[in-house]
Amino acid sequence: MDATGIHERLKARFEVGVGECNSTAKDPCITIDPAAIAAVCRFLHDDPDLRFDCLSNQSGVDYKAKEQIQVVYHLYSYPHRHRIVLKVDVPRETPALPTVEGVWKAANWMEREIFDLLGVTFDGHSDLRRLLMPEDWIGHPLRKDFVEPEEYHGINTSRESLLR
Amino acid sequence: MSLSGFEVEVQRQGHAGLETEEMTLNMGPQHPSTHGVLRFVIKADGEVMREAIPDVGYLHRSIEKISEKVGYHGFMPYTDRVDYVAAMFCNQGWSMACERLAGIEVPKRGEYCRVIAAELNRISSHLLFLGTMILDIGAMTPFFHTFREREKINDLLEELCGARLTYNYMRIGGVAWDLPPNFAERTLEFLDALEPALDEHNDLISYNKIYVERLANIAVIPPDLAINYNLVGPNLRGSGVHYDIRRDEPYSVYPDLEFDVPIGTGEVGTVGDCFDRYIVRVHEIKQSVRILRQCFQQMPTGAVIAKVPRKFKPPAGEAYVRIESARGDMGWYAVSDGSEFPYRCKIRTGSFSAMSIIDRVSPGLMIADLVALISSLDVVAPEVDR
Repeated sequence: MDATGIHERLKARFEVGVGECNSTAKDPCITIDPAAIAAVCRFLHDDPDLRFDCLSNQSGVDYKAKEQIQVVYHLYSYPHRHRIVLKVDVPRETPALPTVEGVWKAANWMEREIFDLLGVTFDGHSDLRRLLMPEDWIGHPLRKDFVEPEEYHGINTSRESLLR
Repeated sequence: MSLSGFEVEVQRQGHAGLETEEMTLNMGPQHPSTHGVLRFVIKADGEVMREAIPDVGYLHRSIEKISEKVGYHGFMPYTDRVDYVAAMFCNQGWSMACERLAGIEVPKRGEYCRVIAAELNRISSHLLFLGTMILDIGAMTPFFHTFREREKINDLLEELCGARLTYNYMRIGGVAWDLPPNFAERTLEFLDALEPALDEHNDLISYNKIYVERLANIAVIPPDLAINYNLVGPNLRGSGVHYDIRRDEPYSVYPDLEFDVPIGTGEVGTVGDCFDRYIVRVHEIKQSVRILRQCFQQMPTGAVIAKVPRKFKPPAGEAYVRIESARGDMGWYAVSDGSEFPYRCKIRTGSFSAMSIIDRVSPGLMIADLVALISSLDVVAPEVDR
């Protein structure tokens, strides 16, 4: 099923929460409201005509100029061999949205990574801890305004100290 | 007390005083079987694990953040470090993402050079897998055999691009250099020798009784669970899912090439056990040999790289490409804001999802079988942490 068809199915099923569909993009995408994302994903996963059984990729992008963080879901269906991209915009100050871990287990670690690197909170996540950075790290490195700390546990991190 | 007396005593008192305590063990970060720097916290009751919690991040080098600072061309050598065992695929993933962003078409000969380099790298990566997996299980000798063959590929690739591991061979729009003189002859000579070496390997170890018993029916991953955890590539095929990006979502010149997609059949145990994940890779080497032979026959003459401006500024937009790397479906998500630096690059790797499933599969396994599980998933730690 193509992006327009998937969008129509979603529109018919959900009265609110399903936004615009960009079907001319290289990877056609649908914008979803944060509050609706878990229910939309559940529907996309379970519906026999859609059967998006694979969360191929989940990532976050910091759009600082728009004061938004966008969480992007690349979905793929092994039975139907079709794909769709979902995009959820959350405010940069208080980024929070429901987890989709209950739909795809793969989301567990991907959401932990987004939490770690971009500071997005996933409500209902079973184990929302940092994944890649040290537990006591301050800040979220993939944010556009992240400033590298000058030292970490007494280790100087400046370029000058490394080149000396 | 007689034995029957003991049983009466147990019935009367229940198992009070006989229960064992849960132990918490640490494995890694520097452990030979963890394939890089990676740590597990194991909760075990005697030899049986209740839980194995992976602790990753030791090799996090912020490669995605670096992409935002070095520009599109400049990021290519960094992609090598994502998965240094199969760096050609990282080169290819990044080039394809950029080409998709800017709508660049790679010359046919360039695509063939890419496939030749990538398939050689797939063989070398799988040979490393075979050697280290068997080493982890406890057999030393086959490791030297597979590494002997792998060295020959390193020599070939060194001739091709000057590096043995971190190739930096591909460019946006094609590859850096055409094949060196007599490369085809030398590669075909190597492939002719590889096939009997692989049969010898199978005779020596693949169906060895002790080896099979260490792997059969261990850590079975059913297909629906594998898909739910986004397991990819040989791990997914080991679970019996007949899917390969090269065949099912073809890119490059793969539609012109003939090859089979081997899957796990449970030939010594259950579909999706450690042995299936192992044997799938042995069969894949043979398919790569087939692909390489066809490439050298079909390869046209001509340019190997398209004209791409030195100051590469793709139009604003985003692209997601998936390629079949040695560790399976590798996703490259690139966002451009129209400037000469990528706005965001996200790399979704096969080892990442493979690592996340260990938590789920490990309960009830023996500690020694965790080693078999980790190596059968062919996890490469730098690819998890990036």
